[in-house]
Amino acid sequence: MNTSEPILRIENLSVALPAGLDRSHAVRDLSLDVHRRQIVCVVGESGSGKSVTASAVMRLLPDKVLRITGGTIRLEGEDIAAVSPARICELRGNRMAMIFQEPLTALNPVMRIGDQIAEVMRIHRPQVAPDAVEARVLELMGDVHLPDPAALRRVYPHQISGGQRQRVMIAMALALEPALIIADEPTTALDVTTQAQILRLFRELLTKHDSGVLMITHDFGVVADVADHVVVMRRGEVVERGAPEQVLNRPAHPYTRALIEAVPRFRYRPTRLATAEPVLAVEDLTLTYRSTSLLGRKRETRALDRVSFRLAPGETLGIVGESGSGKTSLAKTLLRFETPDSGRILFRGDDVAALSGRVLRDFRRHIQMVFQDPYKSLNPRRRIGQSLIEGPVQHGLSRVDAVARARELMELVGLSPDALERFPHEFSGGQRQRVCIARALAMQPSIIVADEAVSALDVSVQAQVLALFEALQRRIGFAMIFVTHDLRVASNICDRIAVMKRGRIVELGPAQAVFEQPQDDYTRELIAAVPGGVFEVAPAA
Amino acid sequence: MLRLIALRVAMAVPVMLVVATIVFLLLRLSPGDPALILAGDNAGPEAVARIRAEMGLDRPLLVQYFGWLGEIARGRFGISILSKVPVLGLIRDRLEPTLVLALSAIVITVVLAVPLGAIAAWRHNSWIDRGVMMLSVVGFSVPAFVIGYLLILFLSVKADLFPVQGYVSPFDDPLAALRHLALPSVTLALVFMALIARVTRSSVLEVLGEDFVRTARAKGNVERRVLWRHALPNAAVPIITVIGLGIALLISGVVVTESVFNLPGVGRLTIDAILARDYPVVQGLMLFFALIYVGVNLLIDIAYVIVDPRIRY
Repeated sequence: MNTSEPILRIENLSVALPAGLDRSHAVRDLSLDVHRRQIVCVVGESGSGKSVTASAVMRLLPDKVLRITGGTIRLEGEDIAAVSPARICELRGNRMAMIFQEPLTALNPVMRIGDQIAEVMRIHRPQVAPDAVEARVLELMGDVHLPDPAALRRVYPHQISGGQRQRVMIAMALALEPALIIADEPTTALDVTTQAQILRLFRELLTKHDSGVLMITHDFGVVADVADHVVVMRRGEVVERGAPEQVLNRPAHPYTRALIEAVPRFRYRPTRLATAEPVLAVEDLTLTYRSTSLLGRKRETRALDRVSFRLAPGETLGIVGESGSGKTSLAKTLLRFETPDSGRILFRGDDVAALSGRVLRDFRRHIQMVFQDPYKSLNPRRRIGQSLIEGPVQHGLSRVDAVARARELMELVGLSPDALERFPHEFSGGQRQRVCIARALAMQPSIIVADEAVSALDVSVQAQVLALFEALQRRIGFAMIFVTHDLRVASNICDRIAVMKRGRIVELGPAQAVFEQPQDDYTRELIAAVPGGVFEVAPAA
Repeated sequence: MLRLIALRVAMAVPVMLVVATIVFLLLRLSPGDPALILAGDNAGPEAVARIRAEMGLDRPLLVQYFGWLGEIARGRFGISILSKVPVLGLIRDRLEPTLVLALSAIVITVVLAVPLGAIAAWRHNSWIDRGVMMLSVVGFSVPAFVIGYLLILFLSVKADLFPVQGYVSPFDDPLAALRHLALPSVTLALVFMALIARVTRSSVLEVLGEDFVRTARAKGNVERRVLWRHALPNAAVPIITVIGLGIALLISGVVVTESVFNLPGVGRLTIDAILARDYPVVQGLMLFFALIYVGVNLLIDIAYVIVDPRIRY
């Protein structure tokens, strides 16, 4: 263990929540140290207080809502809570820097990325000459492996990919070589391959800049890959801490054990024989997005490139791949939100690729979607019941019958029928996703398309929702297309897997075969990048 | 960018045509006969009929309409019935005071209302916020002519700080022009300011809750810089939209303000022309206002692209 003075020492930190919530403290009595060249991971689910801790260190807590009621936070010996506002501005970005979870919203959308990186230097080192700043920006962009820094620094955040944005965030945080880097779920929004690169980058930079990292995460795979020390939090309190080998392999606290057990791992469904007539057959589906720039330049993006597959009744087909591989375009095209350039979509033998008007609306009843973000996919001003009966009533069911069906569905997805009278904001993320599933089922579809339906959920909730999908499918018998970037999740729920890359299916086969004997190089690359790939902890009995 | 401008200018043509048609119909269908007014109180029915025939008012509506469109296309907006002067010249002569007034009102608004709104948002729920919002309610609810007369009463008549009315061109005597323009500009700007301050406040308030504002703070930006460099540019699109819409508001404000302060601008010309049923002048003016509005919208569209790189047409 490092015996020198820690970069960050948090002692007995407590942060109070406003009165009237389910608990009095967001964080209670937390202590932890971060030393040089050390990555400390704070793990927990939503509401565990891990992000509040990170914000407290940066002194970014909304002070009217969350108050520090006890304890000290020392950055290189200086008490963060006691210094003046001017001093805290000096420290932020300079001695401590933060990398936020959502790289799209965390960057200023109307500022060029080079300027955003340079800003850190302009604030803290106003005496440095402009061309020196520029040179440093280019150097930093190179450090985080951004391609073509000279050109890229002139673009805006929306013009680059999620992984590149996250690298910009990291470059910004590293600009002045701060002693402490706080990373709040730095890789959650990223694809596995990008995630693996970024985590490697962290390790590399840590050594180069001699800094310490406080990483907030919910992903034990990430912990297994990078942590030097693990702190597990639950409802604002530390339940367990220690070296990763110890915490991951011999978790002492039941909560840690439950969390580790909930981490999806490769596990396969029993093979089933799909001999029946396919409910859906897709043949040579091609979709191109066209856009025209301000100067009249035309851009074409091939989102789907001769995609073909069949889906048997009651079967689950997983679509995996990185962002931009065409997964969501495929889902949208199957629901006919996009009209394909060419190819056929045969639903029970009838081609629906060119339907329009009423016939298209009728067809949509048979294929329903569950979206990624349960917070955004329910109308916040409508009661759950209204959302659930609207579709069936539109398609000719009487109101009374629709309500009866809605009540039945609520029980089926494990919610109380009384919840129909409530609004979406009264539910947790997992509950909302259950509502979304009920809403899709209300149409009695033959096919459900789930687009990253569990990605926004905590691991334990994720496991529950996956189990729900399984149970419902067994009971009702719909076929499912399950779009996900998480291979482990895909292995749990899918019978067959289609791996997509740049709009093409590069590999298609039974789940176990695809993951255990991948034929395509790209599939192998994806599997190798799964975080915690080597960590195969047998959950304690 | 050039393509955008060309496209927008091309789109303005049908818009103007629709406006022209509406202007034409509106005046023909409204009660009152210009021939009667022109003929005077003592004229007999024959005299009125003769004047009507001279003006072409006895011909079928459709004939009048196409004849009028043809004239406009050739740049002829007709002759004022009242003063017998070409309409275009009449508007041109009266343009300066109006443009100077409108421009100074816009400048006052942008320079004062945008910062006030931004500061109100930043100091959300403080006394500054409440003060700004209260002023904006006042600005909204008190009619421009009341404010104008109150300003005249206290600052001109009682305190004798400003001239009561009249116009001096800033090209002739900038200092005197400033004194003459101060009260009318403020009167005109007040509603506009109320509107812009409100929109700026709500727009900035929303942006201040965004993740990138937290990032800006985490970089070590001082609050002032967070507000001006990060929050305000991102709040700009709705503000610019409302500034554009507000210019329509300004047009009606110009008419009232010019009457109160007796400025010889387009606004007064409008009132006089309407009262006298001077059809050619009213038509010309309405087309003129529509053209300004279309032009302002074009500028707004261009401004969008400049302030927000994500916007592409």
